[in-house]
Amino acid sequence: MLTEIVLGDDMKPNQHTGIVGYGVYIPRYRISGCEIARVWGQDAGSVPVQEKSVPGPDEDAITIGIEAAQNALKRAQVPPEKIAAVWAGSESKPYAVKPSSSIIAEAIGATPHVEAADWEFACKAGTEAMQACFALVGSGMGLYALALGIDTAQGRPADPLEYTAAAGGAAFLIGKGEESLAVLEASHSYASDTPDFFRRESNRYPVHGSRFTGEPAYFHHVVQAASELMEDIGRTPEDYQYVVFHQPNTKFPLTAAKILKFPPEKVKPGLIAPYIGNTYSGCSVLGLAATLDIASPGDRILCVSYGSGAGSDAFSFIVTDLIEERRMRAPHVSVYIERRKAVDYAVYLKYTKALVMR
Amino acid sequence: MYGGNCCHNNNSHIGGVNLEISRNWRLRNQRYRLVGTECGCGHRSFPPRRICPTCRENPQNPVQFSGTGTVYSYSTLYEAPEGFEQFIPYTVALIDLDEGPMISAQLTDVDPEDVAIGMRVEMVTRKLKEQGESGLIVYGYKFRPIVGCYP
Ligand SMILES: [Zn+2]
Repeated sequence: MLTEIVLGDDMKPNQHTGIVGYGVYIPRYRISGCEIARVWGQDAGSVPVQEKSVPGPDEDAITIGIEAAQNALKRAQVPPEKIAAVWAGSESKPYAVKPSSSIIAEAIGATPHVEAADWEFACKAGTEAMQACFALVGSGMGLYALALGIDTAQGRPADPLEYTAAAGGAAFLIGKGEESLAVLEASHSYASDTPDFFRRESNRYPVHGSRFTGEPAYFHHVVQAASELMEDIGRTPEDYQYVVFHQPNTKFPLTAAKILKFPPEKVKPGLIAPYIGNTYSGCSVLGLAATLDIASPGDRILCVSYGSGAGSDAFSFIVTDLIEERRMRAPHVSVYIERRKAVDYAVYLKYTKALVMR
Repeated sequence: MYGGNCCHNNNSHIGGVNLEISRNWRLRNQRYRLVGTECGCGHRSFPPRRICPTCRENPQNPVQFSGTGTVYSYSTLYEAPEGFEQFIPYTVALIDLDEGPMISAQLTDVDPEDVAIGMRVEMVTRKLKEQGESGLIVYGYKFRPIVGCYP
């Protein structure tokens, strides 16, 4: 089933690697687009997502990462001390200086003989960490490596991003191909200096270039990474049962699918932004996890992230027989989506620490 | 004294902050992963003990608890000590761990009116408190209603 090494622009380690375990976490609280629109006198009919997840008062990217990592280990059933690297991708690090990865590594029992580091590239920090994990395991430097995409994103009040900036994350334990529930076929990364969205140090909220975020930024990078990868390995959209894109809203991933000639039904199993919003570094990886929750052995999945600034990582996976048993060992994405408690704008402010308590 | 988690002392002077940083660091295994002790006689303790409370045996071996248990008793707080204000209202419970020991901890992801004696709960690692805007963020165990694997 696995193809021979092809010389091209695609990236593939010398040894077969893949996803040995995956796990997710989404906070329990939700705020609806209508509720945010009510506060700012906006049209509730044109909100970009139905609702978004809101972190509880005791949650941050680290606690999200700990639960996602524990779920990945439950699926993989790999002893934590065998993990060579814990690499956490996030743009909402609880500490400006102090790695999130070392706290997560400690909490899951992977310390002290472990490489821990934090990765950053706007919304694609999680897939960036995954790329590095494939390389580490593929080179034989480590047996297993854990990649996380975790965020508690915040948009400026009344800004369009306030409707979508959400909290959640996923963790992927990368290991050898023969132990994997989904084998990496190949990947392709694509980046350029495109200033569509940024935040300077000591500023709380990011700046984004409205219309500029579409064509030259999101669509260009996503479409290039996906089409170059498929071309490199001789695949077409017909070869894939599922495709997952980064989801800054409900519309963008469906439009990207249309451009690449994927029918919407191949996108929908991994399309979770309508229910939980854009979880930034957690976004495309949560979509991949939701797809793995329902995929069958032999299915091929294309996963394409996007990070502002700007770049995309595209991965081609082939699902193996091991998926059936392992996905039953930890909560599915839909369990966390359905575990929801709606909050109003006042409680949302309290939970996101916008209220001054003393 | 059941657990080492519900510490409500908040040292604001500089020496106290350093003491608290080192104390939090020493407690990280029991706080993050519910690591207690197990005796040759089978008795399990949390927090960890040097000497078995039933057979006085020494030393004890570290053991990580599964983190599942049952609410034995609880109380909801509507006023909080410094550093815990943003969690009001919150519920503190005595939890009967499946492996034996009783532990006191904050409940999370549950509304106070939905808490009941006998409720099944599982351990999660959450933010316990923040030492102000510029201080340490303290993580540790809390308990929440058990989340199943499939819909
Ligand atoms: Zn004993």
